[in-house]
Amino acid sequence: MAYAVKDYKTEVWVDWCPGCGDFGILNAIHQALTALQLPPHKVAVFSGIGCSGKTPHYIGTYGVHTLHGRVLPVATGFKLANPEMTVIAVGGDGDGYGIGAGYFLAAGRRNVDLTYIVYNNGVYGLTKGQASPTLPKGVQTKSLPEPNLMEALNPIAVALGAGYTFIARGYAYDVRHLRDLIVAAIQHRGTALIDVLQPCPTYNNIYTREYYNARVYKLEETGYDPVVHNPTDEKEIVEKKAQALLKAYENGDRIPIGIFYRVERPTLEDELAARLPHWGKALADLEPIYRRDLTPLLDELR
Amino acid sequence: MPKRFVSWMIGGPQGSGINVAAETLAKALSRGGLYVFANIEYHSNIMGKHSYYRIRVSEDPIHAPVDEVHLLAALDEETLFGDHHHNPEFPTHHGHVHEVVPGGGIIYDADLGDIRDRLSRDDLRLYPVPYFEMIRQALEPFGKAAEYRQYDIMRNTVALGATLAILDYDFDLVAEVIREQFKGRRARLADLNIQAIRVTYDYVREHFGNDFPWKVRKRERRGDQILIRGVQAIALGKLQAGLGVQTYYPISPATDESTYLEAVQSKYNVVVIQTEDEISAINMAVGAAHAGARASTSTAGPGFALMPEGIGFAAITEAPGLVVFLYQRGGPSTGLPTRTEQADLGFALHPAHGEFPHIVIAPGDVVEAFYDSFEAFNWADRYQMPVIVLVDKYLASSYVTVPRFETRHLVIDRGIRYQPAGQRDGYLRHAVTESGISPWVVPGTEGVVFWTTSDEHNPKGHISEGVIHRMEQMDKRMRKLELAAREIPDSKKFTLHGPADAQVTLVGWGTTKGAILDALEELSALNGLTFNFLQIRMMRPFPAEPVGAILRRARRVILIENNYSGQLGNLIREMTGFRIPHRVLKYDGRPFTVNEIIEGVRRALENDEERIVMISSEAREVIRWPTR
Repeated sequence: MAYAVKDYKTEVWVDWCPGCGDFGILNAIHQALTALQLPPHKVAVFSGIGCSGKTPHYIGTYGVHTLHGRVLPVATGFKLANPEMTVIAVGGDGDGYGIGAGYFLAAGRRNVDLTYIVYNNGVYGLTKGQASPTLPKGVQTKSLPEPNLMEALNPIAVALGAGYTFIARGYAYDVRHLRDLIVAAIQHRGTALIDVLQPCPTYNNIYTREYYNARVYKLEETGYDPVVHNPTDEKEIVEKKAQALLKAYENGDRIPIGIFYRVERPTLEDELAARLPHWGKALADLEPIYRRDLTPLLDELR
Repeated sequence: MPKRFVSWMIGGPQGSGINVAAETLAKALSRGGLYVFANIEYHSNIMGKHSYYRIRVSEDPIHAPVDEVHLLAALDEETLFGDHHHNPEFPTHHGHVHEVVPGGGIIYDADLGDIRDRLSRDDLRLYPVPYFEMIRQALEPFGKAAEYRQYDIMRNTVALGATLAILDYDFDLVAEVIREQFKGRRARLADLNIQAIRVTYDYVREHFGNDFPWKVRKRERRGDQILIRGVQAIALGKLQAGLGVQTYYPISPATDESTYLEAVQSKYNVVVIQTEDEISAINMAVGAAHAGARASTSTAGPGFALMPEGIGFAAITEAPGLVVFLYQRGGPSTGLPTRTEQADLGFALHPAHGEFPHIVIAPGDVVEAFYDSFEAFNWADRYQMPVIVLVDKYLASSYVTVPRFETRHLVIDRGIRYQPAGQRDGYLRHAVTESGISPWVVPGTEGVVFWTTSDEHNPKGHISEGVIHRMEQMDKRMRKLELAAREIPDSKKFTLHGPADAQVTLVGWGTTKGAILDALEELSALNGLTFNFLQIRMMRPFPAEPVGAILRRARRVILIENNYSGQLGNLIREMTGFRIPHRVLKYDGRPFTVNEIIEGVRRALENDEERIVMISSEAREVIRWPTR
């Protein structure tokens, strides 16, 4: 049976502001799931807190709306306990790069097979537009009483250092391009980050649709090759990271989107499979763990 | 009748191997058909600070340490005389000589010279042993005698050899335990250590004879006994329960449980993940629980302090199968990282903002820790609420001889699971039911999807701030707690040890159990009164009715707690209205000894004192009484 876009939607009314970039991201997720023909019961979508946090309620798969900043730990625990599921985590820039920054780093180190989509708009929308970790210093959006005091964090650069094996940037209003990025991210074995430029029409009057429309360009159209072709070659890895880092800091008149960096490395699941005899299925239904024989351990205590 | 026993202590700097010597001896004693209780006091420090390990051994079951020491083995000067020399302004202790009973013995390094003038008592037997000379002689058959200074680490083995000679205990049992510790390529180290024990044993016999008044003899083993400590009992209980995912962030004294599980993960197929902090640990466990695994995280107070939002999240999303193990240590803040306390009861009862159901169980010893850890997962699944197992450093690290755990009667109950009816069958994750339980499902089940959220929600798991949904969901969640209160048997919630109509009732919880039980018999002999002990295990849902009835019936009631304020006493007053008139409290970071229980109870009965604070024999004179 083929799945249509409607099979990935829900009846829940979408409560984002008119013109919000989140709509583009939601559409791209719906289309990506359709393109991949993933059975809805084999997919789980996790979110943090904020406008982006509502996303799972609008997707017809398993959906877990977690806590502010903690989406990656929850999604990771879920995936490790039920590795046959396709896991997608979503969150905002404040959620992922601010309160969840520690988990953002650790997820890169773990390389669990999941996709993390960050709705990056430079503001905390749901609490009425405070500066987020990606808003540049000195910028004053209409919601800020004074210009922003702190420097912006560069998510692509941080992800490179943290060890992410798939790093991309999308644009919320280029849904087809974003859909393709999400498809590639889900197909990638390992943790995939997609940072999405997502205008907030209500609170961010600077980084708007018009601003991005005039600046974004696609890396793949410039002959840029993000892929590490020999993942055991540490020199090639560093070269590809250096190339991605230069692109990550291209933030002026031209802003690149697309895949910045990609490498195939063993996932945490691969490491666990090498250690655990019955790894790979949902632990809930794994019979041997309910019939454990403690005799050898008790014998050691005699 | 008071039990006969021998009490031994070894002291030395952290990193000197006092634990290896003590655990080797404890195992050899336990294998010799004897009952052992062994507990360590150590500093939060890798090397150098003073630590000590006590072993109490008896032909009868024993459950706690005592003040007095019959034989003290000192690896260094500080064990004898304290730390004045390197801590002149604020010395932390004055050594352990004062804890040795009259006629007791001290093993120490003969290189310290004549210590008699420094002892300020002349009623002890002194066993000066030239530690380095013993090591040198032990190395001779291995052609390494010239390098003896590099084998400083074997001082603990020398002390063990002297101990065996003085207590007249079985050499072969100790050798057997050592051989098991060093297998394969390290077998040569076993020979070396056994040789060091042999050399020292012979030296002590030759120079001091064999007339120490306290001797320990092996006997026929009775039944199948194990020597186990709390972290092992808990890990075994979790494995037996079908634990799927364990997350943890390193913290004393909880980590040993996780590393034990990690060491057996391949054999038992359990996923053990070290996380970046405790917030991640709890949330990863909640994620694993939603995926259908039995999931757990183990931590201590400072780590638990990072977990409240995750516990609230688990509660409102009704995650099945989540159990949190809280190992209490001395607080507040970093506090006393390697010392014990019972000061997190109030925290465990109120572990997050808002109102939600959860279960708190506090096992009193390793046996209860094993069975409660197992049962905790059944409750977590059946009631789909967080379960907190409240233990402490003392339980975690103390070794005790107990009957081998019986596991055949243990049944895993994963609660009420949803049976899908077909394609997109309208499953409601938070269905409103009479019992409050909404059947749960393993994600990935065909024909089913669900939503859940940390926001208040409707039965389908979508956000709702509607009054009706709020009331329905809040009431249904809380109904589960009422159900748990009805279904969980009283035998899991509390135990009344001793005669129901006793003249004095002692009340306590958790690891004071051992010292109180050991004190009961001696108290009767001392006071001519009858005593019983009301041990509370389940703190939520609290067995208010039966506990209130027992207390109102009791004639004199004395509360005993390892904390400053008497938190169980406060809970009992809140839940039953009963005010316990006497509180015997201890909050110096060390567990109660049997002596302290007896003394505290005596002061409550004889002096009618309301608040009695005990401090450890480390820092005071040994409490003695006529029955010993």
